[in-house]
Amino acid sequence: MSAGLAQSARRSWVVPAIGAGLIALAALSEPRLAIVLALWIGAWGLNIVLSRGTETAAIRLAVPVIFGLTLLAIWEVTVRLYEISPIILPAPSQIAQAFAANTDILWADFQQTILKGALSGYVMGCGLAFLTALAVDKSNFLQRGLLPVGNFIAALPIVGTAPILVMWFGFGWESKAAVVVAMVFFPMLVNTVSGLKATDAMQRDLMHTYAANYGQSLVKLRLMNALPFIFNGLKICTTLALIGAIVAEFFGSPTVGMGFRIKIEVGRLAMDMVWAEITVAALAGSGFYGLMALIEKRMTFWHPSQRGR
Amino acid sequence: MSVALDQAGAGGCPLCAAIRRLIRAVAPVLVVVGVIIALWYGAATQMNKPWTLDAANRAGVELSTAQIIADTMNQERPVLPTPHQVLAELWDTAVAEPVLRERRGSLTGNPRSLVFHAYQTLAPTLLGFVVGTLAGILLAIGIVHNRAMDLSVMPWAIASQTIPILAIAPIVIVVLNAVGLSGLVPKSLISAYLSFFPVAVSMVKGLRSPNGMDLDLLRTYSASASETFWKLRLPASVPFLFTSLKVAVAAALVGTIVAELPTGARFGLGARLLTGSYYGQTIQIWSALFMAAICAAVLVSLIGMIERATLKRMGLNR
Repeated sequence: MSAGLAQSARRSWVVPAIGAGLIALAALSEPRLAIVLALWIGAWGLNIVLSRGTETAAIRLAVPVIFGLTLLAIWEVTVRLYEISPIILPAPSQIAQAFAANTDILWADFQQTILKGALSGYVMGCGLAFLTALAVDKSNFLQRGLLPVGNFIAALPIVGTAPILVMWFGFGWESKAAVVVAMVFFPMLVNTVSGLKATDAMQRDLMHTYAANYGQSLVKLRLMNALPFIFNGLKICTTLALIGAIVAEFFGSPTVGMGFRIKIEVGRLAMDMVWAEITVAALAGSGFYGLMALIEKRMTFWHPSQRGR
Repeated sequence: MSVALDQAGAGGCPLCAAIRRLIRAVAPVLVVVGVIIALWYGAATQMNKPWTLDAANRAGVELSTAQIIADTMNQERPVLPTPHQVLAELWDTAVAEPVLRERRGSLTGNPRSLVFHAYQTLAPTLLGFVVGTLAGILLAIGIVHNRAMDLSVMPWAIASQTIPILAIAPIVIVVLNAVGLSGLVPKSLISAYLSFFPVAVSMVKGLRSPNGMDLDLLRTYSASASETFWKLRLPASVPFLFTSLKVAVAAALVGTIVAELPTGARFGLGARLLTGSYYGQTIQIWSALFMAAICAAVLVSLIGMIERATLKRMGLNR
């Protein structure tokens, strides 16, 4: 270990030297590249120095933030220096401008796609899957019959049902909710069923000695033990729900919605607006996921995977 | 039913026992599939009935129940095609239709053949899958061996899984078309991107799965970092790798299909879905959907087979 430290201390000047050499080399042939390289190597060097020290909460937050900001800065600088057409790739600042100028449109799209389409389908699909899981869990026959089928269907490209469901349920949010239900049902089902099986024989025997009936042992023991699995399913399904709702709009939608907007603005080559819409999707996706993770933390604080932190 | 099966197989010979185990495993699945098909026929009858009744009404004909049911099963553009219609279409377009046709003296793909469309989707899927998997493994190796990379990249890799990346697919295609790239590369870029993160995240987990005791042992052997990697970390990560490969290949296929959607691609399963939905060809949509399902199932089970064989040779099979 100490040999390794000494070695890395001896070599500590090599990496900056190579970096400086690269920048100098680039500056001779292509000054614009040198600026981008300098930005990247400088930020990366800062991160290396920061991550050498003892790991504190501040460093754990600062390092990824610096990395993300560096990527954004390089994007901005590259687009400006190389004068990349905004039709191909708009700079982050242009995207931010489009975002700020069109908040009302983005909010309407958000309401249509996320709140009406994705969220209602998510609640229905996960609820339905949960109830089905309880039924499957109770019947040995269904476990052996429905689970392999469910596992198989969970791996299929269910997004493909979108054109059919749009044909059946019309262009409104109902068809998007239907696609979301189809997409989240099986992953949620498989996760919940495996969660309900997560108790060991000793715990079940204990409930048996308490003369607990099916309902009591379900609520007090097995559902509690299944919570980490259920939340895993719920978290996977957040992303699936957004994808389903957005992709379904490619097949037909009212004149509002994120998928509709992406399709239209791509056609008009207004890429800054498309990227603003993607920003909304990204924020909604990580917000939705984060919410589920937060609820999980509150409800399964007793589980080893949560206690370690 | 299962009681009878049990008694029939109670002879005690190993072959009978194996057959009985097989039946016990397969019978419930067959029953569930049978119920699904029965439900499907029932739903098809109900959903296609209004059109039949409407047509009969306009023709001024009174139809018996049997005639109505027979008609709902064989419409040309049904709301819900019946399984046998979908299978017939699959047979006609995938098996009976030649994959290549001769045109102006040279052999080109036959756009009527579903196998040709499936190939148009599978080729970018597999190319992207291989590229994305290799990149994911490389990133994971970097993350495990470099603290700065771990701290900077890992939170973003995890966060990126919560973002509906698929929604970006059409833009990537349009942008690359504007740059002058078209055909195989843009589609495989999307499938590479989609298979990249699951592999990277789960390989990091896998490469870190050896416990302190094993790592300490290698340290007492004064093994170098690369020896530890090849002899301990990489073998330990193989089960994690295969689990993520199955997720990744399914995601890559979905990515390619979605990438074909809003860009007016002419060939591929996604293009079949889109043209089917434009012209109300429901049977075509369903057959494309089934073809996509077959492709996904084949890819996932291929990886599953490789996984079982590999883990068996490594002595890791559960």
